[in-house]
Amino acid sequence: MPTPPLHPPAIRTRGLTRTFQLPAGPVHAVRGIDLTVDRGEILGFLGPNGAGKTTTLRMLTTLLPPSGGEATVAGHDLRGDSAGVRRRIGYVAQSGGLDPACAVREELVTQGRLHRLPKAEARERAEELARDLGLTALLDRPTGALSGGQRRRVEIALGLINRPEVVFLDEPTTGLDPGSRAELWDLVRRIRAEHGTTVFLTTHYLDEADALADRIVVVDAGVIVAEGTPADLKARHAGDPTASLQDAFLAITGRSATADEPLAI
Amino acid sequence: MTLLADTGVVFGRYLRATLRSKTNLFFGMLQPLLFLALFGPLLTKLSLGVSGSSWQTLVPGVLVQLALLGGSYVGLGLLMDRNLGVIDRMRVTPVSPLALLLGRVLRDVVQLVAQSVLLVLLGLAFGLRAPLAGILLGLLFVAVLSAALAALSYGLAMHVRTSPEFAAIANTAGMPLMLLSGLLLPMSLAPGWLDGASRAVPFRYTVDAVRQAYLGHYADGTLALGAAVTLAMAALCLTAGARLFRRAER
Repeated sequence: MPTPPLHPPAIRTRGLTRTFQLPAGPVHAVRGIDLTVDRGEILGFLGPNGAGKTTTLRMLTTLLPPSGGEATVAGHDLRGDSAGVRRRIGYVAQSGGLDPACAVREELVTQGRLHRLPKAEARERAEELARDLGLTALLDRPTGALSGGQRRRVEIALGLINRPEVVFLDEPTTGLDPGSRAELWDLVRRIRAEHGTTVFLTTHYLDEADALADRIVVVDAGVIVAEGTPADLKARHAGDPTASLQDAFLAITGRSATADEPLAI
Repeated sequence: MTLLADTGVVFGRYLRATLRSKTNLFFGMLQPLLFLALFGPLLTKLSLGVSGSSWQTLVPGVLVQLALLGGSYVGLGLLMDRNLGVIDRMRVTPVSPLALLLGRVLRDVVQLVAQSVLLVLLGLAFGLRAPLAGILLGLLFVAVLSAALAALSYGLAMHVRTSPEFAAIANTAGMPLMLLSGLLLPMSLAPGWLDGASRAVPFRYTVDAVRQAYLGHYADGTLALGAAVTLAMAALCLTAGARLFRRAER
Protein backbone atom coordinates (compact mmCIF):
# COMPACT_ATOMS: atom_id res chain seq x y z
CA MET A 1 0.00 0.00 0.00
CA PRO A 2 1.71 3.21 -1.09
CA THR A 3 2.11 5.85 1.61
CA PRO A 4 -0.26 8.77 1.05
CA PRO A 5 1.41 12.11 0.24
CA LEU A 6 2.17 14.22 3.30
CA HIS A 7 0.70 17.44 1.92
CA PRO A 8 -2.75 18.12 0.50
CA PRO A 9 -2.83 17.84 -3.29
CA ALA A 10 -1.99 20.87 -5.40
CA ILE A 11 -5.16 20.43 -7.44
CA ARG A 12 -8.25 18.45 -6.62
CA THR A 13 -11.46 18.56 -8.61
CA ARG A 14 -14.72 16.70 -8.15
CA GLY A 15 -17.30 16.70 -10.92
CA LEU A 16 -15.99 19.84 -12.56
CA THR A 17 -18.44 20.82 -15.27
CA ARG A 18 -18.86 23.57 -17.78
CA THR A 19 -21.78 24.10 -20.10
CA PHE A 20 -21.97 26.95 -22.60
CA GLN A 21 -25.39 28.35 -23.43
CA LEU A 22 -25.22 29.10 -27.12
CA PRO A 23 -28.12 30.28 -29.28
CA ALA A 24 -28.07 26.91 -31.07
CA GLY A 25 -28.39 25.03 -27.79
CA PRO A 26 -26.25 24.10 -24.77
CA VAL A 27 -22.70 22.82 -25.33
CA HIS A 28 -21.42 20.49 -22.63
CA ALA A 29 -17.73 21.22 -23.01
CA VAL A 30 -16.65 19.64 -19.72
CA ARG A 31 -18.85 16.95 -18.21
CA GLY A 32 -17.65 16.07 -14.74
CA ILE A 33 -13.88 15.91 -14.30
CA ASP A 34 -12.40 14.29 -11.20
CA LEU A 35 -8.75 15.09 -11.00
CA THR A 36 -6.05 15.01 -8.34
CA VAL A 37 -2.57 16.43 -8.85
CA ASP A 38 0.00 16.00 -6.11
CA ARG A 39 2.40 18.73 -5.06
CA GLY A 40 5.54 18.81 -7.14
CA GLU A 41 4.00 16.63 -9.83
CA ILE A 42 4.24 17.36 -13.54
CA LEU A 43 0.86 16.48 -14.99
CA GLY A 44 0.33 16.17 -18.73
CA PHE A 45 -3.21 17.01 -19.82
CA LEU A 46 -3.94 15.61 -23.26
CA GLY A 47 -6.85 15.27 -25.58
CA PRO A 48 -7.95 15.72 -29.16
CA ASN A 49 -9.27 19.06 -30.34
CA GLY A 50 -12.61 19.94 -28.82
CA ALA A 51 -12.05 17.57 -25.91
CA GLY A 52 -12.48 20.27 -23.28
CA LYS A 53 -8.78 20.74 -22.44
CA THR A 54 -8.72 24.49 -22.85
CA THR A 55 -12.05 24.90 -21.06
CA THR A 56 -10.79 22.85 -18.11
CA LEU A 57 -7.58 24.84 -18.03
CA ARG A 58 -9.46 28.14 -18.09
CA MET A 59 -11.64 26.99 -15.22
CA LEU A 60 -8.66 25.93 -13.12
CA THR A 61 -6.96 29.28 -13.72
CA THR A 62 -10.14 31.18 -12.68
CA LEU A 63 -10.65 32.64 -16.14
CA LEU A 64 -13.96 30.84 -16.55
CA PRO A 65 -16.44 30.05 -13.78
CA PRO A 66 -17.44 26.36 -13.58
CA SER A 67 -21.07 25.43 -14.18
CA GLY A 68 -20.89 22.70 -11.56
CA GLY A 69 -18.67 20.62 -9.32
CA GLU A 70 -15.93 21.82 -7.05
CA ALA A 71 -12.22 22.27 -7.08
CA THR A 72 -9.37 23.24 -4.80
CA VAL A 73 -6.31 24.75 -6.46
CA ALA A 74 -3.16 25.65 -4.52
CA GLY A 75 -5.07 25.30 -1.27
CA HIS A 76 -7.92 27.64 -2.17
CA ASP A 77 -11.48 26.85 -3.16
CA LEU A 78 -11.91 27.66 -6.83
CA ARG A 79 -15.47 28.88 -6.62
CA GLY A 80 -15.43 30.56 -3.23
CA ASP A 81 -11.94 32.05 -3.15
CA SER A 82 -10.84 32.57 -6.74
CA ALA A 83 -8.77 35.59 -5.68
CA GLY A 84 -6.83 33.31 -3.34
CA VAL A 85 -6.24 30.88 -6.19
CA ARG A 86 -4.94 33.67 -8.43
CA ARG A 87 -2.40 34.71 -5.81
CA ARG A 88 -0.86 31.25 -5.73
CA ILE A 89 -0.85 30.14 -9.35
CA GLY A 90 0.95 31.12 -12.51
CA TYR A 91 -0.52 30.93 -16.00
CA VAL A 92 1.41 30.85 -19.24
CA ALA A 93 -1.02 31.15 -22.12
CA GLN A 94 -0.50 29.65 -25.50
CA SER A 95 -0.29 32.98 -27.21
CA GLY A 96 2.17 35.42 -25.84
CA GLY A 97 0.77 38.29 -23.98
CA LEU A 98 3.81 40.41 -24.69
CA ASP A 99 3.79 43.96 -25.98
CA PRO A 100 6.39 43.95 -28.78
CA ALA A 101 7.43 47.54 -28.09
CA CYS A 102 7.83 46.99 -24.36
CA ALA A 103 11.20 46.03 -22.83
CA VAL A 104 11.52 42.67 -21.11
CA ARG A 105 12.33 44.28 -17.79
CA GLU A 106 9.25 46.51 -17.93
CA GLU A 107 6.95 43.55 -18.68
CA LEU A 108 8.41 41.62 -15.74
CA VAL A 109 8.18 44.55 -13.34
CA THR A 110 4.61 45.37 -14.38
CA GLN A 111 3.55 41.76 -13.84
CA GLY A 112 5.22 41.84 -10.44
CA ARG A 113 3.32 44.98 -9.52
CA LEU A 114 0.08 43.40 -10.70
CA HIS A 115 0.84 40.75 -8.10
CA ARG A 116 1.04 43.60 -5.59
CA LEU A 117 4.80 43.49 -5.13
CA PRO A 118 6.20 46.90 -4.14
CA LYS A 119 8.17 48.51 -6.94
CA ALA A 120 11.63 47.77 -5.53
CA GLU A 121 10.74 44.16 -4.85
CA ALA A 122 9.23 43.79 -8.31
CA ARG A 123 12.51 45.04 -9.82
CA GLU A 124 14.56 42.61 -7.75
CA ARG A 125 12.26 39.75 -8.65
CA ALA A 126 12.62 40.64 -12.34
CA GLU A 127 16.42 40.47 -12.05
CA GLU A 128 16.23 37.21 -10.13
CA LEU A 129 13.98 35.56 -12.71
CA ALA A 130 16.15 36.87 -15.54
CA ARG A 131 19.17 35.18 -13.94
CA ASP A 132 17.22 31.96 -13.41
CA LEU A 133 15.96 31.80 -16.97
CA GLY A 134 18.99 33.17 -18.79
CA LEU A 135 17.36 36.47 -19.76
CA THR A 136 19.76 38.93 -18.10
CA ALA A 137 21.32 40.04 -21.38
CA LEU A 138 17.86 40.64 -22.84
CA LEU A 139 16.31 42.69 -20.05
CA ASP A 140 16.48 46.00 -21.83
CA ARG A 141 15.48 44.76 -25.24
CA PRO A 142 11.93 45.15 -26.57
CA THR A 143 10.15 41.79 -26.57
CA GLY A 144 9.47 42.12 -30.27
CA ALA A 145 13.21 41.84 -30.91
CA LEU A 146 13.48 38.42 -29.25
CA SER A 147 13.44 35.02 -30.90
CA GLY A 148 10.51 32.67 -30.39
CA GLY A 149 12.34 30.64 -27.78
CA GLN A 150 13.45 33.73 -25.89
CA ARG A 151 9.94 35.14 -25.92
CA ARG A 152 8.61 31.90 -24.49
CA ARG A 153 11.12 32.13 -21.67
CA VAL A 154 9.94 35.66 -20.89
CA GLU A 155 6.33 34.46 -20.91
CA ILE A 156 7.23 31.67 -18.51
CA ALA A 157 9.09 34.17 -16.32
CA LEU A 158 5.91 36.25 -16.19
CA GLY A 159 4.04 33.17 -15.00
CA LEU A 160 6.56 32.60 -12.21
CA ILE A 161 6.74 36.13 -10.82
CA ASN A 162 4.70 35.33 -7.74
CA ARG A 163 6.59 32.08 -6.93
CA PRO A 164 3.42 30.08 -7.65
CA GLU A 165 2.64 26.74 -6.09
CA VAL A 166 1.11 25.59 -9.35
CA VAL A 167 2.04 26.81 -12.81
CA PHE A 168 -0.27 26.14 -15.74
CA LEU A 169 1.43 25.84 -19.11
CA ASP A 170 -0.83 25.85 -22.15
CA GLU A 171 1.00 24.24 -25.08
CA PRO A 172 4.35 25.69 -24.04
CA THR A 173 6.43 24.58 -27.01
CA THR A 174 3.98 24.97 -29.87
CA GLY A 175 5.69 26.74 -32.73
CA LEU A 176 9.21 26.41 -31.34
CA ASP A 177 12.19 24.88 -33.10
CA PRO A 178 13.60 21.62 -31.69
CA GLY A 179 16.48 23.34 -29.91
CA SER A 180 14.20 25.74 -28.07
CA ARG A 181 11.82 22.91 -27.24
CA ALA A 182 14.57 20.89 -25.60
CA GLU A 183 15.71 24.00 -23.71
CA LEU A 184 12.20 24.58 -22.48
CA TRP A 185 11.76 21.00 -21.34
CA ASP A 186 14.89 21.39 -19.23
CA LEU A 187 13.52 24.61 -17.83
CA VAL A 188 10.24 22.95 -16.81
CA ARG A 189 12.16 20.15 -15.12
CA ARG A 190 14.31 22.68 -13.28
CA ILE A 191 11.31 24.65 -12.08
CA ARG A 192 9.87 21.54 -10.52
CA ALA A 193 13.20 20.30 -9.16
CA GLU A 194 14.44 23.57 -7.67
CA HIS A 195 11.21 25.07 -6.37
CA GLY A 196 8.90 22.10 -5.96
CA THR A 197 6.40 23.83 -8.22
CA THR A 198 3.55 21.68 -9.48
CA VAL A 199 3.25 21.87 -13.27
CA PHE A 200 -0.02 21.38 -15.13
CA LEU A 201 0.80 21.14 -18.78
CA THR A 202 -1.43 20.80 -21.82
CA THR A 203 0.18 19.77 -25.05
CA HIS A 204 -0.44 18.37 -28.49
CA TYR A 205 3.05 16.91 -28.60
CA LEU A 206 2.94 13.39 -27.28
CA ASP A 207 6.74 13.19 -27.16
CA GLU A 208 6.62 16.18 -24.83
CA ALA A 209 4.06 14.52 -22.56
CA ASP A 210 6.12 11.36 -22.61
CA ALA A 211 9.35 13.19 -21.75
CA LEU A 212 8.06 15.59 -19.10
CA ALA A 213 4.96 14.24 -17.42
CA ASP A 214 5.01 12.10 -14.29
CA ARG A 215 1.41 11.30 -15.00
CA ILE A 216 -0.88 11.84 -17.94
CA VAL A 217 -4.60 12.48 -18.00
CA VAL A 218 -6.42 12.06 -21.30
CA VAL A 219 -9.73 13.82 -21.86
CA ASP A 220 -12.16 13.31 -24.68
CA ALA A 221 -15.61 14.80 -25.16
CA GLY A 222 -15.45 16.51 -21.79
CA VAL A 223 -14.60 13.52 -19.59
CA ILE A 224 -11.42 11.76 -18.51
CA VAL A 225 -10.93 8.60 -20.57
CA ALA A 226 -7.55 7.46 -19.28
CA GLU A 227 -4.91 8.34 -16.73
CA GLY A 228 -1.62 6.97 -15.52
CA THR A 229 2.10 7.24 -16.02
CA PRO A 230 3.25 7.21 -19.64
CA ALA A 231 4.53 3.65 -19.18
CA ASP A 232 1.20 2.53 -17.69
CA LEU A 233 -0.78 3.98 -20.56
CA LYS A 234 1.46 2.40 -23.14
CA ALA A 235 1.27 -0.99 -21.41
CA ARG A 236 -2.48 -0.91 -20.88
CA HIS A 237 -3.63 0.53 -24.17
CA ALA A 238 -0.93 -0.21 -26.70
CA GLY A 239 -0.08 -3.52 -25.12
CA ASP A 240 3.59 -2.76 -24.69
CA PRO A 241 5.41 -0.38 -22.31
CA THR A 242 7.94 0.45 -24.99
CA ALA A 243 5.31 1.36 -27.57
CA SER A 244 4.91 4.99 -28.51
CA LEU A 245 2.53 7.18 -26.61
CA GLN A 246 0.98 7.97 -29.97
CA ASP A 247 -0.20 4.36 -30.28
CA ALA A 248 -1.63 4.43 -26.78
CA PHE A 249 -3.39 7.71 -27.50
CA LEU A 250 -4.87 6.39 -30.71
CA ALA A 251 -6.10 3.32 -28.86
CA ILE A 252 -7.68 5.41 -26.12
CA THR A 253 -9.41 8.07 -28.15
CA GLY A 254 -9.78 6.38 -31.49
CA ARG A 255 -8.12 9.26 -33.21
CA SER A 256 -4.89 11.20 -33.15
CA ALA A 257 -3.99 14.10 -30.86
CA THR A 258 -3.29 16.15 -33.89
CA ALA A 259 -2.85 16.06 -37.61
CA ASP A 260 0.78 16.22 -38.68
CA GLU A 261 1.04 19.72 -37.36
CA PRO A 262 -0.29 20.63 -33.93
CA LEU A 263 -3.26 22.85 -34.44
CA ALA A 264 -3.37 26.23 -32.77
CA ILE A 265 -6.54 26.84 -30.78
CA MET B 1 -7.31 51.75 -1.44
CA THR B 2 -5.85 48.77 -3.28
CA LEU B 3 -8.20 49.49 -6.19
CA LEU B 4 -6.53 52.87 -6.53
CA ALA B 5 -3.04 51.38 -6.40
CA ASP B 6 -3.96 48.59 -8.84
CA THR B 7 -5.55 51.09 -11.23
CA GLY B 8 -2.36 53.12 -11.01
CA VAL B 9 -0.20 50.16 -12.08
CA VAL B 10 -2.46 49.42 -15.06
CA PHE B 11 -2.64 53.11 -15.96
CA GLY B 12 1.14 53.42 -15.85
CA ARG B 13 1.64 50.47 -18.14
CA TYR B 14 -0.79 51.71 -20.76
CA LEU B 15 0.38 55.30 -20.57
CA ARG B 16 3.94 54.18 -21.26
CA ALA B 17 2.65 52.13 -24.18
CA THR B 18 0.79 55.17 -25.56
CA LEU B 19 3.79 57.45 -25.23
CA ARG B 20 5.85 54.94 -27.16
CA SER B 21 3.67 55.25 -30.25
CA LYS B 22 3.52 58.91 -31.24
CA THR B 23 2.02 58.16 -34.68
CA ASN B 24 -1.04 56.58 -33.10
CA LEU B 25 -1.53 59.70 -31.02
CA PHE B 26 -1.58 61.81 -34.13
CA PHE B 27 -3.86 59.59 -36.18
CA GLY B 28 -6.29 59.41 -33.28
CA MET B 29 -7.05 63.07 -33.61
CA LEU B 30 -6.85 63.30 -37.37
CA GLN B 31 -10.55 63.39 -38.12
CA PRO B 32 -11.52 66.17 -35.69
CA LEU B 33 -8.40 68.03 -36.77
CA LEU B 34 -9.44 67.89 -40.41
CA PHE B 35 -12.93 69.07 -39.57
CA LEU B 36 -11.45 71.98 -37.65
CA ALA B 37 -8.91 73.00 -40.25
CA LEU B 38 -10.73 72.26 -43.49
CA PHE B 39 -14.40 72.58 -42.56
CA GLY B 40 -14.21 75.28 -39.94
CA PRO B 41 -13.13 78.12 -42.24
CA LEU B 42 -16.23 77.46 -44.38
CA LEU B 43 -18.48 78.55 -41.55
CA THR B 44 -16.96 81.93 -40.75
CA LYS B 45 -19.12 83.92 -43.15
CA LEU B 46 -22.34 81.99 -42.57
CA SER B 47 -25.04 83.07 -40.21
CA LEU B 48 -25.61 80.13 -37.95
CA GLY B 49 -28.47 81.64 -36.02
CA VAL B 50 -26.54 81.53 -32.75
CA SER B 51 -24.62 84.12 -30.78
CA GLY B 52 -20.85 84.16 -30.88
CA SER B 53 -18.44 83.39 -33.71
CA SER B 54 -18.63 80.27 -35.81
CA TRP B 55 -15.50 79.01 -34.03
CA GLN B 56 -17.28 79.20 -30.71
CA THR B 57 -19.87 76.93 -32.26
CA LEU B 58 -17.56 74.56 -34.11
CA VAL B 59 -14.71 73.96 -31.67
CA PRO B 60 -16.95 72.59 -28.91
CA GLY B 61 -18.51 70.30 -31.52
CA VAL B 62 -15.12 69.09 -32.69
CA LEU B 63 -14.04 68.41 -29.10
CA VAL B 64 -17.12 66.31 -28.44
CA GLN B 65 -16.51 64.56 -31.77
CA LEU B 66 -13.00 63.68 -30.60
CA ALA B 67 -14.33 62.31 -27.34
CA LEU B 68 -16.97 60.30 -29.18
CA LEU B 69 -14.76 58.88 -31.91
CA GLY B 70 -11.68 58.45 -29.78
CA GLY B 71 -13.65 57.05 -26.89
CA SER B 72 -15.73 54.52 -28.80
CA TYR B 73 -12.82 52.95 -30.65
CA VAL B 74 -10.48 52.25 -27.75
CA GLY B 75 -12.12 48.83 -27.53
CA LEU B 76 -10.18 47.77 -30.63
CA GLY B 77 -6.96 48.02 -28.65
CA LEU B 78 -8.45 45.82 -25.96
CA LEU B 79 -9.60 43.31 -28.55
CA MET B 80 -6.06 43.07 -29.85
CA ASP B 81 -4.77 42.58 -26.32
CA ARG B 82 -7.33 39.85 -25.77
CA ASN B 83 -6.26 38.00 -28.88
CA LEU B 84 -2.63 38.33 -27.87
CA GLY B 85 -3.29 36.83 -24.44
CA VAL B 86 -2.41 40.00 -22.54
CA ILE B 87 -5.79 40.28 -20.83
CA ASP B 88 -5.75 36.68 -19.62
CA ARG B 89 -2.27 37.15 -18.23
CA MET B 90 -3.37 40.24 -16.33
CA ARG B 91 -6.54 38.58 -15.08
CA VAL B 92 -4.70 35.73 -13.38
CA THR B 93 -3.34 38.12 -10.76
CA PRO B 94 -4.78 39.57 -7.53
CA VAL B 95 -5.77 42.76 -9.37
CA SER B 96 -9.52 43.15 -9.77
CA PRO B 97 -11.06 43.34 -13.27
CA LEU B 98 -12.34 46.78 -12.36
CA ALA B 99 -8.78 48.04 -11.97
CA LEU B 100 -7.92 46.61 -15.39
CA LEU B 101 -10.83 48.58 -16.85
CA LEU B 102 -10.30 51.82 -14.94
CA GLY B 103 -6.56 51.91 -15.62
CA ARG B 104 -7.22 51.82 -19.33
CA VAL B 105 -10.07 54.33 -19.13
CA LEU B 106 -7.85 56.73 -17.22
CA ARG B 107 -5.19 56.45 -19.90
CA ASP B 108 -7.81 57.18 -22.57
CA VAL B 109 -9.07 60.24 -20.68
CA VAL B 110 -5.52 61.61 -20.38
CA GLN B 111 -4.88 60.96 -24.06
CA LEU B 112 -8.12 62.54 -25.26
CA VAL B 113 -7.76 65.59 -23.04
CA ALA B 114 -4.20 66.10 -24.31
CA GLN B 115 -5.43 65.85 -27.89
CA SER B 116 -8.27 68.26 -27.05
CA VAL B 117 -5.78 70.83 -25.80
CA LEU B 118 -4.00 70.62 -29.14
CA LEU B 119 -7.27 71.09 -30.99
CA VAL B 120 -8.16 74.12 -28.89
CA LEU B 121 -4.73 75.63 -29.55
CA LEU B 122 -5.29 75.10 -33.26
CA GLY B 123 -8.71 76.69 -32.93
CA LEU B 124 -7.17 79.68 -31.23
CA ALA B 125 -4.75 79.98 -34.11
CA PHE B 126 -7.66 79.99 -36.54
CA GLY B 127 -9.46 82.75 -34.70
CA LEU B 128 -11.33 81.16 -31.84
CA ARG B 129 -11.81 83.52 -28.92
CA ALA B 130 -13.23 82.10 -25.73
CA PRO B 131 -12.83 82.71 -21.98
CA LEU B 132 -10.24 80.53 -20.26
CA ALA B 133 -12.75 79.30 -17.70
CA GLY B 134 -15.01 78.22 -20.55
CA ILE B 135 -12.20 76.36 -22.27
CA LEU B 136 -11.28 74.55 -19.05
CA LEU B 137 -14.89 73.62 -18.45
CA GLY B 138 -15.02 72.29 -21.99
CA LEU B 139 -12.00 70.07 -21.28
CA LEU B 140 -13.71 68.78 -18.17
CA PHE B 141 -16.74 67.79 -20.23
CA VAL B 142 -14.44 66.03 -22.71
CA ALA B 143 -12.79 64.14 -19.86
CA VAL B 144 -16.08 62.86 -18.44
CA LEU B 145 -17.53 62.00 -21.86
CA SER B 146 -14.35 60.14 -22.85
CA ALA B 147 -14.46 58.09 -19.67
CA ALA B 148 -18.07 57.12 -20.34
CA LEU B 149 -17.50 56.05 -23.93
CA ALA B 150 -14.22 54.29 -23.25
CA ALA B 151 -15.82 52.17 -20.53
CA LEU B 152 -18.65 51.22 -22.87
CA SER B 153 -16.22 50.52 -25.67
CA TYR B 154 -14.19 48.14 -23.47
CA GLY B 155 -17.35 46.42 -22.32
CA LEU B 156 -18.26 45.79 -25.95
CA ALA B 157 -14.76 44.62 -26.80
CA MET B 158 -14.91 41.91 -24.13
CA HIS B 159 -17.96 40.40 -25.79
CA VAL B 160 -17.08 40.33 -29.46
CA ARG B 161 -14.40 38.19 -31.04
CA THR B 162 -13.09 40.06 -34.07
CA SER B 163 -12.20 43.61 -35.02
CA PRO B 164 -14.66 43.80 -37.94
CA GLU B 165 -17.47 42.72 -35.61
CA PHE B 166 -16.51 45.43 -33.15
CA ALA B 167 -16.17 48.12 -35.80
CA ALA B 168 -19.54 47.24 -37.30
CA ILE B 169 -21.32 47.69 -33.97
CA ALA B 170 -19.43 50.84 -33.03
CA ASN B 171 -20.03 52.43 -36.42
CA THR B 172 -23.71 51.57 -36.63
CA ALA B 173 -24.36 53.01 -33.22
CA GLY B 174 -21.92 55.90 -33.43
CA MET B 175 -22.65 57.57 -36.74
CA PRO B 176 -26.32 58.49 -36.28
CA LEU B 177 -25.64 59.60 -32.70
CA MET B 178 -22.87 61.90 -33.89
CA LEU B 179 -25.00 63.42 -36.62
CA LEU B 180 -27.92 63.92 -34.26
CA SER B 181 -25.82 65.69 -31.65
CA GLY B 182 -25.42 68.85 -33.67
CA LEU B 183 -21.65 68.57 -33.51
CA LEU B 184 -20.69 70.37 -36.69
CA LEU B 185 -23.63 72.68 -37.09
CA PRO B 186 -25.97 73.79 -34.36
CA MET B 187 -29.42 72.23 -34.15
CA SER B 188 -30.88 75.73 -34.21
CA LEU B 189 -30.62 75.34 -37.98
CA ALA B 190 -32.64 72.14 -37.95
CA PRO B 191 -36.28 71.63 -38.87
CA GLY B 192 -38.53 70.75 -35.96
CA TRP B 193 -38.43 66.97 -36.43
CA LEU B 194 -34.63 66.80 -36.52
CA ASP B 195 -34.28 69.08 -33.55
CA GLY B 196 -36.76 66.91 -31.67
CA ALA B 197 -34.89 63.72 -32.49
CA SER B 198 -31.69 65.37 -31.40
CA ARG B 199 -33.08 66.04 -27.94
CA ALA B 200 -33.12 62.31 -27.32
CA VAL B 201 -29.37 62.11 -27.82
CA PRO B 202 -27.39 62.83 -24.61
CA PHE B 203 -24.37 64.19 -26.50
CA ARG B 204 -26.45 67.06 -27.77
CA TYR B 205 -26.68 68.41 -24.23
CA THR B 206 -22.93 68.05 -23.80
CA VAL B 207 -22.21 70.08 -26.95
CA ASP B 208 -24.75 72.73 -26.06
CA ALA B 209 -23.22 73.07 -22.59
CA VAL B 210 -19.68 73.46 -23.94
CA ARG B 211 -20.92 76.01 -26.45
CA GLN B 212 -22.43 78.07 -23.66
CA ALA B 213 -19.20 77.76 -21.71
CA TYR B 214 -17.28 79.06 -24.71
CA LEU B 215 -19.58 82.07 -24.76
CA GLY B 216 -19.00 82.71 -21.07
CA HIS B 217 -22.63 81.94 -20.16
CA TYR B 218 -21.89 79.88 -17.02
CA ALA B 219 -25.05 80.67 -15.13
CA ASP B 220 -27.10 79.45 -18.07
CA GLY B 221 -29.40 76.51 -17.38
CA THR B 222 -27.92 74.85 -20.47
CA LEU B 223 -24.56 74.37 -18.79
CA ALA B 224 -26.11 72.81 -15.71
CA LEU B 225 -28.35 70.56 -17.80
CA GLY B 226 -25.41 69.45 -19.94
CA ALA B 227 -23.37 68.69 -16.84
CA ALA B 228 -26.18 66.65 -15.33
CA VAL B 229 -26.78 64.64 -18.52
CA THR B 230 -23.08 64.02 -19.11
CA LEU B 231 -22.46 62.90 -15.54
CA ALA B 232 -25.51 60.64 -15.55
CA MET B 233 -24.37 59.12 -18.83
CA ALA B 234 -20.90 58.59 -17.41
CA ALA B 235 -22.26 56.85 -14.33
CA LEU B 236 -24.44 54.60 -16.49
CA CYS B 237 -21.69 53.78 -18.98
CA LEU B 238 -19.05 53.09 -16.35
CA THR B 239 -21.39 50.76 -14.50
CA ALA B 240 -22.42 48.97 -17.69
CA GLY B 241 -18.83 48.78 -18.90
CA ALA B 242 -17.61 47.39 -15.59
CA ARG B 243 -20.34 44.78 -15.55
CA LEU B 244 -19.66 43.69 -19.13
CA PHE B 245 -15.95 43.58 -18.35
CA ARG B 246 -16.44 41.41 -15.27
CA ARG B 247 -18.88 39.04 -16.92
CA ALA B 248 -16.59 38.37 -19.87
CA GLU B 249 -15.83 34.71 -20.10
CA ARG B 250 -13.84 34.08 -23.19
